[in-house]
Amino acid sequence: MTATDPKVLPVASQGKPKQRLGDIIFSRTSLISGSAILAILAAVAIFLVGQSLPAFVADPEDLIGSPASFGDYVWPLVFGTLWSATLALVMALPLAVGIALFISHYAPRRLAQILGYIVDLLAAVPSVVFGLWGIGVLAPAVLPAYTWLAENLGWIPLFAPPVSGTGRTILTAAIVLGVMILPVMTAICREIFIQTPVLHEEAALALGATRWEMITMAVLPFGRPGIISGAMLGLGRALGETMAVAMVLSATGVITINLVSSTNPSTIAANIALSFPEAYGINVNLLIATGLILFVITLIVNSIARYIVNRRKDFSGAN
Amino acid sequence: MTATVVQTGITNSLTQGQLHPRTPWVILGLSLAAAGGIVSLIASAVSSEFSLVGAIALGALFYLVSIVVISRLVEGSRKATDRFVTALVTGAFIIAMAPLVSLLFTVVVNGSARFDVEFFTSSMRNVVGEGGGAAHAIVGTLLMTGTAAIISIPIGLFTAIYLVEYGRGPLARAITFFVDVMTGIPSIVAGLFAFALFAIFFGPGVRMGFAGAIALAVLMIPVVVRSCEEMLRVVPNELREASYALGVPKWLTILNVVLPTSAAGIATGIMLSIARVIGETAPLLIVAGFTASMNYNLFAERMQSLPVFVFTSYSNQGVDTQAYLDRAWAGALTLILIVMLLNLVARIIARAFAPKLGR
Amino acid sequence: MNITRVGSFAAISVAAALVLSACATNETPTEEAPSALAGNLVGAGSSAVGAAQEVWIAEFQTANPEVTVTYDPTGSGAGRETFLAGGSDFAGTDRAFNDEEVAAGGFASCAEGSGIVQLPLYVSPIAVIFNLDGVSELNMSADVIAGIFAGTITNWNDAAIADLNEGVELPDLAITPVHRSDDSGTTDNFTDYLAQAAPSVWTFEADGVWPLDSGEGAQGTSGVVDAVTNGVGTIGYADASRAGDLGTVAVQIGDEFVPFSPEAAAAVVDASPFIEGRPDFDLSIELDRTPDSAAYPVVLVAYLVGCETYLDPAKGELVKAYFTYMASEAGQAAANAGAGSAPISATLFERVTAAIDVIS
Repeated sequence: MTATDPKVLPVASQGKPKQRLGDIIFSRTSLISGSAILAILAAVAIFLVGQSLPAFVADPEDLIGSPASFGDYVWPLVFGTLWSATLALVMALPLAVGIALFISHYAPRRLAQILGYIVDLLAAVPSVVFGLWGIGVLAPAVLPAYTWLAENLGWIPLFAPPVSGTGRTILTAAIVLGVMILPVMTAICREIFIQTPVLHEEAALALGATRWEMITMAVLPFGRPGIISGAMLGLGRALGETMAVAMVLSATGVITINLVSSTNPSTIAANIALSFPEAYGINVNLLIATGLILFVITLIVNSIARYIVNRRKDFSGAN
Repeated sequence: MTATVVQTGITNSLTQGQLHPRTPWVILGLSLAAAGGIVSLIASAVSSEFSLVGAIALGALFYLVSIVVISRLVEGSRKATDRFVTALVTGAFIIAMAPLVSLLFTVVVNGSARFDVEFFTSSMRNVVGEGGGAAHAIVGTLLMTGTAAIISIPIGLFTAIYLVEYGRGPLARAITFFVDVMTGIPSIVAGLFAFALFAIFFGPGVRMGFAGAIALAVLMIPVVVRSCEEMLRVVPNELREASYALGVPKWLTILNVVLPTSAAGIATGIMLSIARVIGETAPLLIVAGFTASMNYNLFAERMQSLPVFVFTSYSNQGVDTQAYLDRAWAGALTLILIVMLLNLVARIIARAFAPKLGR
Repeated sequence: MNITRVGSFAAISVAAALVLSACATNETPTEEAPSALAGNLVGAGSSAVGAAQEVWIAEFQTANPEVTVTYDPTGSGAGRETFLAGGSDFAGTDRAFNDEEVAAGGFASCAEGSGIVQLPLYVSPIAVIFNLDGVSELNMSADVIAGIFAGTITNWNDAAIADLNEGVELPDLAITPVHRSDDSGTTDNFTDYLAQAAPSVWTFEADGVWPLDSGEGAQGTSGVVDAVTNGVGTIGYADASRAGDLGTVAVQIGDEFVPFSPEAAAAVVDASPFIEGRPDFDLSIELDRTPDSAAYPVVLVAYLVGCETYLDPAKGELVKAYFTYMASEAGQAAANAGAGSAPISATLFERVTAAIDVIS
C-alpha cells in the first residue's frame, strides 16, 4: 500500500528533466509534512520510553496494589483491553458494513444523504456522554437479558453465574465501544463503497447480476482495503477508549472471559484514567509504561491489518 | 425500502418471474401482525408484559423466512439470496440505529432543560448551584479544536498526498508505519506528552490552551492521514493519467483532479478527525486545566473546554445535583450541535469543489 | 430530521456563536471595588474538594473582584506533585504530605527554608448508601459493614444484619457491594475505617485502591451513586452530600447507632489527635475511627496545603486571605450549603487561624 507500483509510474515523474517550480514546492511540502509526523512521533516515543523505563526496573512492592511483579499488574489489563476491543469489533464490523451498504447502495439517495449525516454526527458524541448513556440507559436495559443468559446458558463459561446486579459488565462496555466505533467505520466504508467505479457496477448489472451479486463482485472487493482501514481505525479507538469504559465497566482486575458477572478485567486506557489522578512518584511511570504497552499492541494489530491489505491489492483504485 | 429494490433493479427477461413491488411490504405487515399476535398470546399465558422488542424481532424473523421461501418459489434462488441480503442489510441498519437513536434522544431530552440563552452567554465564574453557563467552555473548545485543526489538517493532508502520490521507499514505509502507531496513542498519553513538552519551556505550572491544542493535534493527525490516504487512493488512476496525457503538471493534477474528486471523502475524513478530538476530556484536563472564567488567550492561563465542562459537572456535583447534571447534558448537546454545524459546512464546501459524477 | 430543521438548528448555533463573541454576561466588571486584593491564585488537587472549592472561589471572587482563583480538580496525587514542583500556589489533598515528604522539602513555590502549612479545612462524612425497596435506614456495626464489603455476608436477610435491625423487613436478595474502581481518598478513608473498627473481619490495610477482586467497581462518587441507584440490592459508600434519596446506614458506636451528620463528623475529627512530631503549623490529623462517644467515624478529611513563606510575597498575601476565608465561619457554612461538608469546630478553628497567621 505504501510504494507506487513501478509499472504504472505517473508519466510526469519519469521523462521530465525539468522540474516545475510548483511541482518542487508541492512535493517538498508533502515531504516535510510526512517528516514532521515522524518528528512528532519520535518526540512522543522518546517521552514515553523515557518515562516508562523506571517502572520496568522498580521494586514491584512500590507499585499500585503491590503486585508480585510488573507483569502481574499489566497482564489482566492487556487481556481486558484485547478482549473488550475484540468483542466490540466483532459486533460492530458486520453492522458497519451493513449500514454502509444500506446507505451507499440500498437506501434512496436523498434518504441516504441524511442517514450518512446522522451517522457522522454520532462520531462527535463525547465519550463521557457514551459513558452516561451506558450507565443510565444501556446497563439497566440489558440486565434482564444477562439474567436470562446466566439462568439458561450458564453452563457456557461465557455466561456463568452469578450475574451482575447492575449490568455493568464487560459485554455492556463492549456494546458501548461498538456503538462508539460504528460511526467511524461506517463513514469510511461508505465513502469507499460510493467510490466504486460505476463501470464495474454497471457491467455486473448488465451481465444480469442481482444487486447482491453486483455487490459481492464489484463493491466489496473494491472496498476491501477501506473496510479493513475503517476496522483498524475503529479498533484503534476501541483499544484506546478511556472515559466510556472507565465509567461503564465494573473493573476488579481479574482475568475471566465471563461476559455477565460483575468482576471484569479493566482495560489499559481505562485503568490509566482511573489511577492517574491519585498516582504519584513511580506509579506515574508505571501508568505511562502501560500506555507504552497499549502503543505496542495497537502497532501489532495495525501491522497485521496492513499485511492483510497488502496481500491483495488488485482492486486498489490508485497506482 | 425493499420496494425500491424492485423498482430500480434491472428488469431481466431471463428471470422467470418477479414479485409485485408491493408484495414484500404485504409480507412484512403480515409477519409483524403474526408475531404481535403470538407474543401477546404468550404474554397473556405467562401473564407478563407485552414485549414490543420481542414482537418486532420475531416479526423480522418471520419476514426473513417467508420472503426467502416465497422469492425462491417465484423468482429462483439467486433472487432469493438477493432478497435475503437486502432484508439482512436493512436489519443491520435498524439494529445499529437503535442505540444511536436512543443515545441521541437521551442527550436531546436531558440537554434541552438548560439549553437556554443564559447557557450561551454566561460563564461559571462566581456561580454556585443553579444558573451559569458554558460560554467560556464553548469559546475554549472552538479555539483549541480550531487550532488543532489548523495544525493537523495541512500536515495530515499533505502527508496523505505524499504517501499516495510521491512516497516510495523506506521513508514512505516508515511514515505509514508510524501513522499506524500514532492511532494507538491513548488520549491521556498525548496530554502527558504535551504537558512534558511545554513544561520544558514554561515551567511546571504551565496551563494553556495552546498546549491543549498540541495534545489534540497529536491525536488528530493520524486520523486525518489515514482517512485522507484512503480517499486519495480510490481516485481512479485513469483520471491522473488522462491529466498527465494532456500535459498538466503533477502538482496541478493533484490540485485540480485528485483532490476535487476525493473532496467529499476528505471532508468526511476531516470531520471524523475533528469529531474524534472535540470530545476529548483527559488530555485537556491535564494541560489546559479547569477554570470557571472566560479566557480568549490561547497562550496564557487556563482554558475551559466543553468536554471538561461536561465531565467535571458530572463528577463534581455540588449539593444541587440536578443543576450540575442539567448543565452537563446541555454541554453535551452543544458539543454535538457544534460538530453538526461543522459537518454541514464541510459538506457544503466539499460539494462546491466536487466534480459532478454520474450519481 | 429534514433539511429545514437542520437549517434552523444551524441558525440557532450561528446566533449562539455571535453572542459568544461578546463577553460572558456574568463577567462584566462591577464598579465598586471593596477590596484591595488583586491577582491570580492557582490551586490543584483532590476532586473531592472540587465542589467546595467552586463555592469558596465564587464567594471569594465576589468579595474580591480583582482576584481570580482557579482550582484544577485533577486528583490528590497530581495536586501534591504540582504543588511540589511549584506549578500551583496551594494544593488540596485527601492525605497530608507525610513525614518523609515534609522532611525532603523542595516545595518550589515556597521561599528557601520555609515549611508548609497543612490545614484540615474540608471534613466530609462518607455515607454508606444502599438501594432496597422500602428501607431508608439500617443499623450496622463495623463488623457487618466489613463482612458485606469483604463478601462474607452475601444476602440482605442475613442474621447478622437482621439482629441489628429488629422490625425492619429484609428481603431475600443478594447483596451487590459497589466500590470505587479508581484510586481515591474516599476508598482510603473507608478502608481505614474498616481496618481500624473491624480488624477481625477486614484484614486489609487502608489503601486508596480497593484491595479485593470481588464486588462491583464504579468510577468516582457519581459512578458509585449511579451504580447503587440503578442496581438491585446494591450497597456502596460515597460522599454524604450525594446520598440523596438512597438508604443510608447508621454506624454502631458502643451501644448507639449514629447516622451521618456534619456535627457527628466534626466530632470525630475533634476527638482525634494531631500527628506527632510535625511542625506547629502542620495540622495533620491521625483519625481515630473508634471514638468512645457518639461521633460518625466514616469521614474524609481533605487538607489545604500552602507555604509558610512564599517566594512571591504577593502570593502569600493572597493565599493568606483565601485560607482565612475558607476557615472562617462564613466559608465553612458556604461549603456546608454548597458541598455538604462538615464545618470545623471552634477548637480546630483556633489552631487553623494560628497557622494561617504565619503565612506570608
